[in-house]
Amino acid sequence: MAKPEDLKFLKSHEWVRVEGSTAYVGISEYAQEELGDIVFVELPEVDDEFNAGEEVTNVESVKAASPIYAPVSGKIVKVNEELEDAPELINQKPYEAFIYAIEMSDSSELDKLLSYEEYQKVLEEEAE
Amino acid sequence: MFAYLPHTEDEIKQMLDDIGASSVDELFADIPEAIRFKGTLDLPKGQSELEVFKRLNELAQKNKQAVSFMGAGSYDHLIPSTVGALMGRTEFYTSYTPYQPEISQGVLQAIFEFQTLMCELTSLDVSNASLYDGSTAASEACALAINSTRKTDTVLYSATIHPYTKQVMETYFADLDVKLVELPSKDGVLDLFSVKENLDSSVAALLVQSPNVYGYLEDYTGVADLLHENKSLFIISSNPMSLGALKSQGEWGADIAIGDTQPFGLPSYYGGPSVGYIAAREKLLRKMPGRIVGQTVDEDGKRAFVLTLQAREQHIKRERATSNICSNQALAALASTVYLSTVGREGLKELSEQNMQKAHYFFDRLMDETGAEEYAEQPFFNEFCIKVPMDARKLVKEMEKDGIFAGVPMIDLDPSQSENLLLVAVTEKRTVAEMDRYIESMKGVLK
Repeated sequence: MAKPEDLKFLKSHEWVRVEGSTAYVGISEYAQEELGDIVFVELPEVDDEFNAGEEVTNVESVKAASPIYAPVSGKIVKVNEELEDAPELINQKPYEAFIYAIEMSDSSELDKLLSYEEYQKVLEEEAE
Repeated sequence: MFAYLPHTEDEIKQMLDDIGASSVDELFADIPEAIRFKGTLDLPKGQSELEVFKRLNELAQKNKQAVSFMGAGSYDHLIPSTVGALMGRTEFYTSYTPYQPEISQGVLQAIFEFQTLMCELTSLDVSNASLYDGSTAASEACALAINSTRKTDTVLYSATIHPYTKQVMETYFADLDVKLVELPSKDGVLDLFSVKENLDSSVAALLVQSPNVYGYLEDYTGVADLLHENKSLFIISSNPMSLGALKSQGEWGADIAIGDTQPFGLPSYYGGPSVGYIAAREKLLRKMPGRIVGQTVDEDGKRAFVLTLQAREQHIKRERATSNICSNQALAALASTVYLSTVGREGLKELSEQNMQKAHYFFDRLMDETGAEEYAEQPFFNEFCIKVPMDARKLVKEMEKDGIFAGVPMIDLDPSQSENLLLVAVTEKRTVAEMDRYIESMKGVLK
């Protein structure tokens, strides 16, 4: 199982797992907790291209609809089709249930992402 | 009779105390002083019930009694008495849109049935609970297309859609970064060559109408493939009455079907209220505007209806919502639902065919017996455009004296049209005797 300590994060609560030149993206434990029961995950289309910071897709819960942003620039190479029928996987295993994987066009963009510790600090600040 | 039933001074004071306001005027503090009405409203004194009835009767007498051949989007069809009887039930008639929806199972069931009927008619997967009218449906369909296709900002539409629909679309998108591009018509129908010429990656959708504004039927062979190869969506607007006999939007390969259900159980009134319908392929479900009713079971396993997929709606999506439609035309949609349930599948087919046959019979007679000529040689449903050898508006005025509403002059719909063009609609209600009268009257005016 992926340990959150090994992941990178965005302030907007996405996590990023890097495998070679591919970045897998999901949402954090905190994000799924805040959203509540997730009822729908809109999956992007493979081959669509995004710039870092651009809105890729949406996650809908019983109380909100939240945008999911691209942590890095690149092309979508994989989407988690399991989520089509089982969006609750995000609630159950947030750090395993990735939403999409993006082939990075510039891996130096990873440097701008937060480490687990830095992300924890963001959460503490938000709580204040 | 009171002009209205006011709150008492005590009630007003109690309400103001409750919210901590000192006067009613204070509630309007946000409205600039300069645009507030001052003084007292110039209203007549209250009248007795008898006086009110007399006055309303006087006004009603001003209505002209005539046989209607007018259409242009609003048609004179027979309305079975079941429509008024069921629509008039207070459970439906006096209920506003249900804010606590699941309490009103009857209203939700009626809406669910409306959605089911629209899906069946259009051969598409999902329908919403209805929109205000066909023009709103067209605009919402454009927004839906733009929001469901990436990096697009353009909607192509045919010059042959109803001019009022164009106007509503222009208003809808006036302040948004959306380009509406009109494609030309040729011989009264969309010039199909122009579709290919204008397709590029910025195009979210093509919106067309058949029967179109001239009443003509358009041939969309190959159009859906062309659009889908470009990742664009295909939106077809249709008079739903025509779907009883003709190819549906889904069968043409459309992704979104829209139109106005006025022909189903709603009189023309003064142009409304009407009902817009919108149905789409399932992949667009999450971005559909408005409310959707779903069927489920309650904790005892009994069938129940709920408002579903509300995460799409603006009260959840807030500033990220893709539509600000939060209501529907429940009562008018009920009229259409009762209408369709009354006429049934076979009845609708027969109605649709009768409309078409009567219109064609009358068209042939106009061509043979009067000085009118066809505008273009195209197939049509229950409405067609003719050229008359005088100002169509004058002709209509003259024929009104003989108790005939002869049609809608095209120039009234679109000032750029020739004054000689007249749009004539023939529904199942028109008899041969009425058509005889029309022809006599027209001959009299034209001679």
